[in-house]
Amino acid sequence: MSFSVPEIRKDFPIFSRSVSDGKKLVYLDSGATSQKPASVIEAESDFYRFHNAAAHRGAHQLAQEATDLYENARAEVASFIGAPGGPDEVIFTKNATESLNLLAYAMGNAQPGNRFALSAGDRIVVTEMEHHANLVPWQELTRRTGAQLAWFGLTDEGRLDLSDINSVITTNTKVVALTHQSNVLGTINPLAAIVARAHEVGAVVILDACQSVPHMPVAAADLDVDFLVFSGHKALGPTGVGVLWGRKELLEELPPFLFGGSMIKTVTMTSATWADVPAKFEAGVPNMAQAVGLAAALKYLTNLGMDSVHSHEVALTGYLLNKLNAIETIKIVGPTTAQSRGGSISFIVEDIHPHDLGQFLDSQGVAVRTGHHCAWPLARRLGIPASTRASIYIYNDENDCDVLVDSIVQGQKYFGRF
Amino acid sequence: MELDSLYQEVILDHYKHPAHKGLNPIFSAQVHHVNTSCGDEITLNIELVGQRINSITWDGQGCSISQASVSMMSDLLIGKRLEEADVIVKSFSELMASKGTSAGDPEILEDAVAFAGVSKFPGRVKCALLGWMAFKDAAIQAQTNE
Ligand SMILES: Cc1ncc(COP(=O)(O)O)c(C=O)c1O
Repeated sequence: MSFSVPEIRKDFPIFSRSVSDGKKLVYLDSGATSQKPASVIEAESDFYRFHNAAAHRGAHQLAQEATDLYENARAEVASFIGAPGGPDEVIFTKNATESLNLLAYAMGNAQPGNRFALSAGDRIVVTEMEHHANLVPWQELTRRTGAQLAWFGLTDEGRLDLSDINSVITTNTKVVALTHQSNVLGTINPLAAIVARAHEVGAVVILDACQSVPHMPVAAADLDVDFLVFSGHKALGPTGVGVLWGRKELLEELPPFLFGGSMIKTVTMTSATWADVPAKFEAGVPNMAQAVGLAAALKYLTNLGMDSVHSHEVALTGYLLNKLNAIETIKIVGPTTAQSRGGSISFIVEDIHPHDLGQFLDSQGVAVRTGHHCAWPLARRLGIPASTRASIYIYNDENDCDVLVDSIVQGQKYFGRF
Repeated sequence: MELDSLYQEVILDHYKHPAHKGLNPIFSAQVHHVNTSCGDEITLNIELVGQRINSITWDGQGCSISQASVSMMSDLLIGKRLEEADVIVKSFSELMASKGTSAGDPEILEDAVAFAGVSKFPGRVKCALLGWMAFKDAAIQAQTNE
């Protein structure tokens, strides 16, 4: 299948509507959530129409169909992210935030002797560019266990400062949790040296792949990380489904987090034993329709080819960066070239607060995000209380970028008139 | 354009030339409020003499709506008695909740009726209210500090 934006846009029902009194929808907020192709919407609703029953329960045909669809979805995810241990390494959650909290709470449940047990003297390492979802759960875990939180700082260009990896990832480090691609700066973080050092000291590496899995080929095994999380809704999938991938032997050692039905092996009035992974981490009737929708989304991306998706985004990112760089009153927050960078492009326009700019852009049909983008410490580090973010995806083209930049220029006139 | 009802001239004017910005070191209470979703922040000092508001000063950063709103509010409330301020704050809050159905009472709100258009943009109401909520909080604290 060749990569054609006009063809792709036909697959997304939302592009047949207009916004702001008849304007073309220029959707540049896929970093927050992506739009959905018809095949995903149909897969989710077909589940309810034709196959709905509780997976893993019930002695009837529908229950079997629901189970098969749900488990096939797990297999689809495993193959999409190249899970070396196959589908058993894939756990469905509500979203990436829940995946990260699952890890943090499960580690908090680990008893002495378990490799995940933390205590005073241990260290958890994050970075200064993390989304709150990959920061606050670790802050709370260190608070509960007495472990210490440390982080990689940033260079002024918005890349990780890796000048002294060994003094950040110390020998007492148990967890290194970092983002693959910043949702604000667009920076794609180099992983090899960090992973090597983490493994040298016996720490596990947790990758927040929310902004990479939807946008470029990601193979868990090649990256050599230990856990990886992403949200379905940023990858063309429905809301309400996220993924936690982990190495089988680690998931086996990790204690469960949520307890109840589905996750047990045996139960008496006073105790229980746990099911094998992945069931151990999926308590209760799961989000079946959403998982099935996510599988359809990943199939859609696979058909496009993740290499093509990535090339399209690199080209478009370069195009938009060039246009923004050419305007003196616009300052890009983060790397100013498309190298090792994805299509989350944040910027400041002189003399216009991002919230006002966002409002003006909305009146032109352009959807962007404004604020600190759930990375408040990063905003503080950069000394920028808020910025405007345009984030691109498969259905965006040069025309969208042109409309954005033209609208910014008009906005400058609008707010500059007094 | 619909946008013009939001960005009234008087609002942009206060944004560019904010009144009472810069914190007075003399105050009866100081509060710090943030708008979590967009990162707007304000520190507001209130100085009471008896039941009268002798000064309101503030510092902060944020969009034109939040900054102009606190600027205009300060103009409006300084010199008023707390019970008069209550009436004004209540009137402004009602205007913000009106979803575009009210033009505001100019007798009470004076220039601040310019914010009537904001009530049509639900996403911006909390911007307009940031300073007012800070004031309400500060007034309560100043009275309990007495
Ligand atoms: C880098 C990153 N991590 C984590 C998240 C959290 O994702 P969700 O809100 O879907 O759980 C996001 C979403 O904004 C993100 O961009």
